[in-house]
Amino acid sequence: MIETITIFGGHSRDGEPEAVQRIELKMGDVVSIVGPTGSGKTTFINDIELFANGNTQTGRRILINGVLPPVEYRDNPSLNPIALITQHTTFLSDLPVLEFLTEHAGIRVLDKSLIEQMIADTLSFANQLTGEPIIPGVRMTELSGGQTRALLIADATIICDTPIVLLDEVENAGINRSRALELLRAYRKIFIFVTHDPRIALLSDYRIVMKGGSITDLLRTNEEERAFSHQVAKLDDLLAVMRDKIRFGERLTTHELEGFA
Amino acid sequence: MKLCICAGPATTGKSAVLRHMISKLQAAGDSVAFLKVDVQYAEEDEIFAREFGIPTRKVYSGELCPDHCNVMVLGDAMQWAEKSGANILLVETAGLCLRCSPYVDGGLGMIVIEATSGTNLPLKIGPMLSLADVAVVTKIDRVSQAEREVFRARIQTVAPNVKVREVNALYGIGIDPLVDILRNQPDTWDKMMLRGNPPVGTCTICVGKKEIGWQAHFGVVRSLENQNFYRGE
Repeated sequence: MIETITIFGGHSRDGEPEAVQRIELKMGDVVSIVGPTGSGKTTFINDIELFANGNTQTGRRILINGVLPPVEYRDNPSLNPIALITQHTTFLSDLPVLEFLTEHAGIRVLDKSLIEQMIADTLSFANQLTGEPIIPGVRMTELSGGQTRALLIADATIICDTPIVLLDEVENAGINRSRALELLRAYRKIFIFVTHDPRIALLSDYRIVMKGGSITDLLRTNEEERAFSHQVAKLDDLLAVMRDKIRFGERLTTHELEGFA
Repeated sequence: MKLCICAGPATTGKSAVLRHMISKLQAAGDSVAFLKVDVQYAEEDEIFAREFGIPTRKVYSGELCPDHCNVMVLGDAMQWAEKSGANILLVETAGLCLRCSPYVDGGLGMIVIEATSGTNLPLKIGPMLSLADVAVVTKIDRVSQAEREVFRARIQTVAPNVKVREVNALYGIGIDPLVDILRNQPDTWDKMMLRGNPPVGTCTICVGKKEIGWQAHFGVVRSLENQNFYRGE
């Protein structure tokens, strides 16, 4: 049972030691990794996926529950505790949604009587993230961008049930992020978001700040940010409404901002 | 001399996987030689020679099937690698028709397949997968966790004893276990044998008869309505 992941800092691309030398992620933590393009966010994610042990270009080391991860994690993909969803991740299958999920659940759970409920939970989870409910009979490849993203997250969280989920910039495709964070918190896992999104960042427990290939800071979401996050959400929702109006060929007026004072 | 024969459909990432393996093997103090067997075009030999300063060669199979070509040249290649001072020979081959497999007893058989090729692929590629020692699955960041898992399960259905290793060959994730497996591999035997049974050898297509329709052929043939049957002496 995984309880913690410890990351020991390595060095930046210039060989300077990282400012933050030890980070401990606990089961249930929701963490954001922030930083400009090229700052090393994906490399950081890769280090976790690799269970780096001073053998990657960053020199970082990863411990699970305070000790070196068991070799089986690395050697046997079915025991790997990490699920990864990136911007490029998608479904390729052209099976109908229900059939696809049944097949996936079938190789994951031995007790077949649980499968039906598991699939119902997965679909309900996904449908709370996307504005357009997923029809179980539709083919996977026909799902919209938002539906795909929602189902990727729901499937990884409920059916894969890996204790660690890495989400690399997945916020761009129309999912309800506040709801996503709320639902994800109900599952006791470590969620790591690579993100530029203020809404996700402020709803995280803390954010890991990256620059020049190195971890420069660890910002725990403070009281002010926590209180302020509601306003950020409101502003974000207003922008979403405006985005929809533009999408549907409507005009915008100054009234759009009335709700935001 | 340790031998690793790496097969797999085109563009699955064989060269990308081997590139990471070579750099890790070199870092561990091994001397690697590289042979590329392809049908009509390849440049990995030049690239790897430039990149790693290792002895490399290529051979075009041309009219021969690549696996057939591999059987022909592998003996010479082992001697060449030995003379070049290598202790590991990596052979990359195209393996095209899916009826054969290029692996030999005493050498490591490694297939590289991509997760993006669809979850039915493991069911379609025959002995190239089922006779391998290791199945390396690439492009894992491109498909859903669900499909990764189904793909893996399908490989194990076809080939229960094959070790499945997932890699991201762009970033070199998952390469270390492959290097460990190869380094722990015993040296090849003097008399190498092809691991699988080749398909029936009386293939009139392979010897160049181009007429369409079973009536124009002999040996093991089949019609649309029948299973395979023998025609001829």
